[in-house]
Amino acid sequence: MTEPAAAHTAAHVRYVLRLGDTSLILGQRLGEWIGHGPALEEDLGLANLALDFIGQARLLLTYAGELEGRGRDEDALAFLREAPEYANLTLVEQPNGDFACTIVRQWLVDSWQLQLYQALAGSADARLAAIAEKALKETRYHYRFSSGWLVRLGDGTEESRRRTQQALEELWRFTGELFAPDAIDAQMHAAGIAPELAGLRPAWSEAIDADLRAAGLARPADPSYRWQGKQGVHTEELSHLLAEMQHLPRAYPGARW
Amino acid sequence: MYTQGLDAQGREPEAPAGGAAAERFQARVDAEEKIEPKDWMPEAYRQTLIRQISQHAHSEIVGMLPEGNWITRAPSLRRKAVLMAKVQDEGGHGMYLYSAAETLGIGREEMVGQLLSGAAKYSSIFNYPTLTWADVGAIGWLVDGAAIMNQIPLCRCSYGPYARAMVRICKEESFHQRQGFEIMMTLARGTQAQREMAQDALNRWWWPSIMMFGPSDADSPHTAQSMRWKIKRFSNDELRQKFIDVTVPQAHFLGLAIPDAQLHLDEASGHYRIGAIDWSEFHAVLRGNGPCNRERLAARRAAHENGAWVREAAAAHARKLKERAAAAAAA
Amino acid sequence: MSEDWPLYEVFVRARSGLEHKHVGSLHAADARMAIEHARDVYTRRQEGVSLWVVPSAQIIASDPQEAEALFEPARDKVYRHPTFYAIPDEVKNL
Repeated sequence: MTEPAAAHTAAHVRYVLRLGDTSLILGQRLGEWIGHGPALEEDLGLANLALDFIGQARLLLTYAGELEGRGRDEDALAFLREAPEYANLTLVEQPNGDFACTIVRQWLVDSWQLQLYQALAGSADARLAAIAEKALKETRYHYRFSSGWLVRLGDGTEESRRRTQQALEELWRFTGELFAPDAIDAQMHAAGIAPELAGLRPAWSEAIDADLRAAGLARPADPSYRWQGKQGVHTEELSHLLAEMQHLPRAYPGARW
Repeated sequence: MYTQGLDAQGREPEAPAGGAAAERFQARVDAEEKIEPKDWMPEAYRQTLIRQISQHAHSEIVGMLPEGNWITRAPSLRRKAVLMAKVQDEGGHGMYLYSAAETLGIGREEMVGQLLSGAAKYSSIFNYPTLTWADVGAIGWLVDGAAIMNQIPLCRCSYGPYARAMVRICKEESFHQRQGFEIMMTLARGTQAQREMAQDALNRWWWPSIMMFGPSDADSPHTAQSMRWKIKRFSNDELRQKFIDVTVPQAHFLGLAIPDAQLHLDEASGHYRIGAIDWSEFHAVLRGNGPCNRERLAARRAAHENGAWVREAAAAHARKLKERAAAAAAA
Repeated sequence: MSEDWPLYEVFVRARSGLEHKHVGSLHAADARMAIEHARDVYTRRQEGVSLWVVPSAQIIASDPQEAEALFEPARDKVYRHPTFYAIPDEVKNL
C-alpha cells in the first residue's frame, strides 16, 4: 500500500471506529438500566434502545476490523482496546445518573445521529451507507422516544422540570464535540465518505430548540471547553466502564465464549 | 419463569359453595371450556388465580436481576445482545402476566405493592446469586428448563387470559433454554478454567432447580382443588421427574457431573433416581433467609422509589395535555 | 396514587390485509407513550405492521349474563347459510 493509501485507510478505520464506539458505549450504559427502570414498560423500551446500539456497534466494529485488515473482529476491538484507543464521544460515556440524565443524554445523541445517519446514508462508502440506512430507521424511533420523554419531564412536575434542566446543564458541555470536525472528518468528507460535520449543526440546533421549547426548558450557554473523546481523550468515566465490560476476555486470554 | 412451589404457598382454597352457578362453572371447566374475565367464577378460583398469576409475574420481574447482573460483563457482543434480549423478555413476560391478573379485578400497583412489602412471594430460585458467567448459562439451561416443564401445561389452564399469556411466553422462551445450554457447551469445551467454571455453576444450581418444582406430592396434598379447576395439571413430583430424566443426559453430553452421589438410572422404570432433597434449605430460602432475598427486594424497591417522580411527571404531563385540549375546545 | 398510569388494550395487525387483533394490555401515561410501549412490549419479534391502543376504560363489553339473549336467537336462523338449500348436483354455478 502506498503511503497516502495507508493513511487514508487508517483515517477510514478511525472514522468507522468513532461511530461504532459511540454506539457500543451508549448501548453498554443503557444496558445498566435493564431491570431497574422507572416502570416495567420503560425497562423494555430502554432494552430495545440498548439492543439497537449494540447491534449498530457490531456492524460498525466488524467493518472497521475488516478495513483495518489486521484480523481484529468486533470482540477484539470491543474487549481488547484501552480507553485511549476508544474513539466514542465523551457524551455517551457519562453515567446514567437519574432518568432525566439518561433521557437528556439520549436525546442529544439521537438528534445528532439523526442528522449524521441521514447524511451517511448517501456516503460513497456503500457498506457504511447501508449500515447508516439501517441505523437511521432505529434512530428515528430513538428520537421519538427520547424527545417524547424530554417533553414529559420538562412539562410534568416541578421536580421533573428541575431535574431535567439540571441534567441539561450537566451534559450540555459535551455537545461541543458533536459537530467539531478534525483532520479525519475533513479527509473523509473530501473522499465523499462522510458529510461536512459542521454543516449538520444548524438543522440539529433547530430541532433542539424546538424540543426545548415544547418541554419548557432553557438552552444552556455553549461550552468553552471542547472534549476530544473521538481523538481518544476521555473523561475518567470511560476506563471504569471498560474495566467492567472487558473483565472476562481480559481475565481469560484467548478463551472463547 | 414459573415455579410450581408457588402454588403451595397459600392456604388451601375452600371448595366453592354449591349452587347452580358453581355447578355450571365446574361443568364448563370439566368440558375444557375457557373461563373469561367477565364470566361468573367462584371467589376462591379468582383469589387462587390472582395469587398464582401475580406471583408468577413477580418471579419474572425479580428474575431479571440475577441474569441482569451480567449484562455489563457479558464476554462478547453477541452474548451481550442475547442476554439483554433474554432479560428484556422476562420483563415482557412479567407484563403479560400482570395484564392477565388485572383482568381479575386487581391493579398492577396493588400487586407491585404486595411484592415490595414482602407480602407476596416470588420464585425462590432468584434468591441465589450469579457469581460467575457460567451461572448465566446454568440459569438458562436448568432454571428455564425447569420453568418450561411447569409452564407448558399452564398453556391449557382453564382461565383464558392466563392460558393465552402462557402461550405467548412459552413461544418466546424457547430460545432461553437453548442459549443457556449453548453457553454451558462453549464453557465445557473451553479451557480448563472454563470447564471448572461450568461445573461449579452446575454444582450450585442443580439442587435449587430440582426444588423449583415445589414440595414432594406427599407434602403438598392441597393441590387437588387446583387440579379440579384445571389451573394445575401435573403433580410436583411428576414434573420434577420429567425434568431430571431430560436433564441428566444433557449433563452427560456436556461432560459435567451432577452433584448427587446417589443419582442412578433405574433400569426397570427407565427413570433417573436422585438422592434425598434437602428441604430445610428450600424452606429457609422461602422464609426470606436465602443468600440474596434482601438484595433482590432492595433492588426492586429502589427501582420503584427512584422511578416515582418519573411516573408522576408523566401522569402530570398527561393531565396538562387533557386540560389544554379541553381549554382549546372551550375557546 | 397520582403516579398510576391508566391501562390500555393493545391490538396488532400482523400483516397488511389482516385485521387488528387483541394481544394484551399495558400501562401508559398518554397516547403517544401507549403506542411506544405497545411497540416495545408486543412487537419485539416482528409481530405487527400496525398498532391500535385503546384506553381500557373506553371498551364497552357485552355482559356474559346476557349471552343467551344476545347470541342464542341466531342459532335457529339456519336459512342464512348456503347449505340450507338443496340444489341438484347437475346445476352449476350456484
